[in-house]
Amino acid sequence: MRGYLLMTVLMISSPTMLATASGNDVQSLKSVKVELPESDRQFPGGAAADAINNNCLACHSVAMVLNQPALSKTAWEAEVKKMINVYKAPIDQADVEGIVSYLVQKLGER
Amino acid sequence: MSFSGNEELVCRSLSLPGTSLGSRRWFLARAGIAGLEFVAGPSWAGETVSLPFPSEPRGRPITNAFPEKGSLILQRTRPPLLETPMKVFDDGVLTPNDKFYVRWHWAVIPEAVEVDKFQLAVRGHVGMVLSLSLDEILKMPRVELVAVNQCSGNSRGYFQPRVPGAQWSNGAMGNARWTGVRLKDVLNRAGVKAGASRVRFNGLDTPVVDGAPDFMKSLDIDHALDGEVMIAFAMNGEQLPLLNGFPLRLIVPGWYSTYWVKMLNDIEVLDRPDDSFWMAAAYTIPDTPFANVRPGEVGVKLVPINRMGPRSFVTNIEDGSKIAAGSSVNARGIAFGGDAGVAKVEFSSDAGRTWQPTKLGADFGKYSFRRWEIDFTSVKSGDQTLMVKCTNTDNAVQPEWANWNPSGFMRSVVESVRVTAA
Repeated sequence: MRGYLLMTVLMISSPTMLATASGNDVQSLKSVKVELPESDRQFPGGAAADAINNNCLACHSVAMVLNQPALSKTAWEAEVKKMINVYKAPIDQADVEGIVSYLVQKLGER
Repeated sequence: MSFSGNEELVCRSLSLPGTSLGSRRWFLARAGIAGLEFVAGPSWAGETVSLPFPSEPRGRPITNAFPEKGSLILQRTRPPLLETPMKVFDDGVLTPNDKFYVRWHWAVIPEAVEVDKFQLAVRGHVGMVLSLSLDEILKMPRVELVAVNQCSGNSRGYFQPRVPGAQWSNGAMGNARWTGVRLKDVLNRAGVKAGASRVRFNGLDTPVVDGAPDFMKSLDIDHALDGEVMIAFAMNGEQLPLLNGFPLRLIVPGWYSTYWVKMLNDIEVLDRPDDSFWMAAAYTIPDTPFANVRPGEVGVKLVPINRMGPRSFVTNIEDGSKIAAGSSVNARGIAFGGDAGVAKVEFSSDAGRTWQPTKLGADFGKYSFRRWEIDFTSVKSGDQTLMVKCTNTDNAVQPEWANWNPSGFMRSVVESVRVTAA
């Protein structure tokens, strides 16, 4: 019987049980101030990357793009069009072709 | 010049008033290993993971550069996309706050929230417009439940053919104990007028570019008043990390995370359908079983994504790992039923030819992860495919074929882990 009780105590104090702490004890919240990381990374590729570097880093960092799989030219054109028309990316029409060709060629090489 | 990496140089500082972290600041170093850039932090080790997607790029850095967050898989620095490594789900049924995945749409995220100034507005088709302080909300009757929060695009990286979007492995999900007040109680305090149709939720984050659609989501009025939808101020017994939505987050049990609006500060009752972008155009799925369509299929009716279905994962054996040959091996993991409880979890050690019931762990409620466990016999030599399948209490079962749609939403297939016995 004593062993059984000890087992119960050990189970109650296991990490899993501790992790179930209730929020009912929360009586007030504390103000929070943080600094979110920035990325200073540019798309590699020299002059071929100028169009994408000049237009595409205001809203998101490069990893959003470099983590994408190889996609067709049609798919990349649709993505760039969506960024412009739906998400209002201020992309110069003259740069669209340069952005799409960078995405198709450079990301397709991997 | 390497395209094999997706790593970003990031830096962080964190300050929490009243804590010893107040003036700590970490700056990051650049490391030239394999031509990649890595994120540095207090325990920086240049660690990377390889996510077993069907094609490159698979490599991702592990980061600990984000405030109130531990080591997570870096998918994108800005706005943050941070993924929970599968081994975290092996450690316990609840996902610790500092390991809980992070996903934001727009990069303008407030970096400070003062609790004395924060107000939650309730407006629109109501009898009385409200502006509630956090103190007022904390004084209301409380509710608590454990629930899975899963991104609509969790596991998108496994779609074949591959599709654009955040290339998540299986860690864009987490399970937490949420404490808060019923949305119903808040709406009743404002007095919903007859003819109310939808309730729309907005948070403090905003688009970078003028004219771009602010991120808002809405629920049917009946769903909003069901007594289960919650406005949470605590997660696993503590206030929410800022990146998970401090100070208030909408909890929509059984539904995909896109509805769980973070930094919730505005509730608008509508007397009409919600035709705004994030409901009418984004986060829509084919109105078919498992949102499945053939690649290239057109003319399919689309509906807003909604309830989750059952899923299950092996958490203690990685894909591609070696196991002892011809012996008894323990496999374990997690399952969830989606919008219903877990009825059973079955395991196969022969690529789905035969299935055995597993032993289920403690029940934390119908919306929670549930642990499962089984001992199986490994083959005498060679490859072996392990599979796990969940059936929920509404009799919904994971399909043994991979569902597909062009948005990469709602992956539901029975997952496989390939191992080699030696």
